Amino acid sequence: MASSEVLLDATQIAGTLDRLVSEIRASLPDGVPVGVIGIRSRGEILAARLVAGLRKLGVQDIETGVLDITLYRDDLAELGPKARVRATEIDFDITGRYVILVDDVLYTGRSARSALDALVDLGRPKAIRLVVLVDRPGRELPIQADLVGVRVSVPDVPVTVHLTESDGVDEVLIG
Amino acid sequence: MKKTTAQNEPPLPSGASQAKATPAAQASSARKEKEFVWKRRHLLGLEDLSAEELWHILNTAKGFQPVSTRSIKKVPALRGRVVVNLFFEDSTRTRTSFTLAAQRLSADVLEFNASRSSVSKGESLRDTVRNIEAMGVDTFVIRHSAAGAPHYITRCTDRHVVNAGDGQHEHPTQGLIDIFTILERKGRIEGLNVVIVGDIAHSRVARSNLWGLTKLGANVTFVGPTTLVPKSFEQLGAKVSHNLDAVLKDADVINMLRVQRERIASQVFPSTQEYVRLFGLTRERLAKAKPDVLIMHPGPINRGVELASEVADGPNSSILRQVSNGLAIRMAVLFLLNQVP
Repeated sequence: MASSEVLLDATQIAGTLDRLVSEIRASLPDGVPVGVIGIRSRGEILAARLVAGLRKLGVQDIETGVLDITLYRDDLAELGPKARVRATEIDFDITGRYVILVDDVLYTGRSARSALDALVDLGRPKAIRLVVLVDRPGRELPIQADLVGVRVSVPDVPVTVHLTESDGVDEVLIG
Repeated sequence: MKKTTAQNEPPLPSGASQAKATPAAQASSARKEKEFVWKRRHLLGLEDLSAEELWHILNTAKGFQPVSTRSIKKVPALRGRVVVNLFFEDSTRTRTSFTLAAQRLSADVLEFNASRSSVSKGESLRDTVRNIEAMGVDTFVIRHSAAGAPHYITRCTDRHVVNAGDGQHEHPTQGLIDIFTILERKGRIEGLNVVIVGDIAHSRVARSNLWGLTKLGANVTFVGPTTLVPKSFEQLGAKVSHNLDAVLKDADVINMLRVQRERIASQVFPSTQEYVRLFGLTRERLAKAKPDVLIMHPGPINRGVELASEVADGPNSSILRQVSNGLAIRMAVLFLLNQVP
């Protein structure tokens, strides 16, 4: 970790999330209820912040939930007993909703794939959009984000997201 | 794949119905928790399990609960795996519950009915198991009238084995269901007074409850006629009483076991009338207990014998909740065992 650099500090994360909130706001179709769903665990925190921002902008019919993708992972067998199953907490019907799927980092695309499979088992949303804080190269599946906070261009460099709620500090580290 | 510290085990006393902790509190306590890894390939009883292992199953079961309430009640976790129900004793609810749990994990389920099979033609247990194993089964769920039969099967096969009730020994998934249901309604296990009433001497459910509950810090009292609740249970860590009215008022949970009709006729059992008078949970008796006492029963109920109908169907009862929770517990158990190669 000695060689890692700060890609985004707390102020920059706040600014990035503000920008994402207005971009999401602008993308919302009229009259369609919204569901913001975070992928456990840091996607959950980001989803909560985005929802707070969207409510401030006056978005009315908006629900929020948490998706646990463990049971849908394609590396469950390799993961073995290290797999931790936690509850998916989505207390609303996603059918017909405009679903914003939120994660901290988009890398191989496998988490997003698992999340899409998990979501379609819960209902039939009007549409699903993927929003991530960091987009890092290394995709193994044909999956792209619709809205991106920050794009990393260098391949094979690890990205670490820390958020106050889970890690005591807001920062994105690279390297 | 990203790594997150929050995937560690949450703090042990996290009650199923406790108010949701803030993400910050969850994560900081998760960091304190050392990484626990489930290692068991079989679930034979709760006697061998550590408190940490018990909590791991309970926490995992909580993750499986929502699967049963959504429109598509299925997850792909055990796709391509095969579970066999090997039942040498009659059972409807346990067998159905295991079948449904396996199906909700996308496993294939083989139903093996001993009375309609090769066993009636004289095949040995070992041969039965080896033959089923040869068909490519991953998990044996076994119920047998002989205590230790599931342990024996682990020596006949290298596949996973789940004890679904062996003689008077253990019924670990029922014990876990009862503990999970208590946790859900009370928010904790430690310090609770759990009274288990009935034919304790012959009950595998009572034994599994005792092992699990005492490990998690509850006080267990066994209650019933002297012939059915021997003093020797005190050596296993339970209190023993033959007077339900005396222990009623301090109870947080009362688990009523089924009176087995075949025993009523025997010497050890009082008449039904006498049993109801001394040990039946009636509305009048319930009125003397704490207002929020939890009433449980592993089923099937003899209405009017151990449990009055208005108590079984009343607000203190969690009997149907136990049945629903059975699916989450059995999904968790099948999942955890199958994650260990």
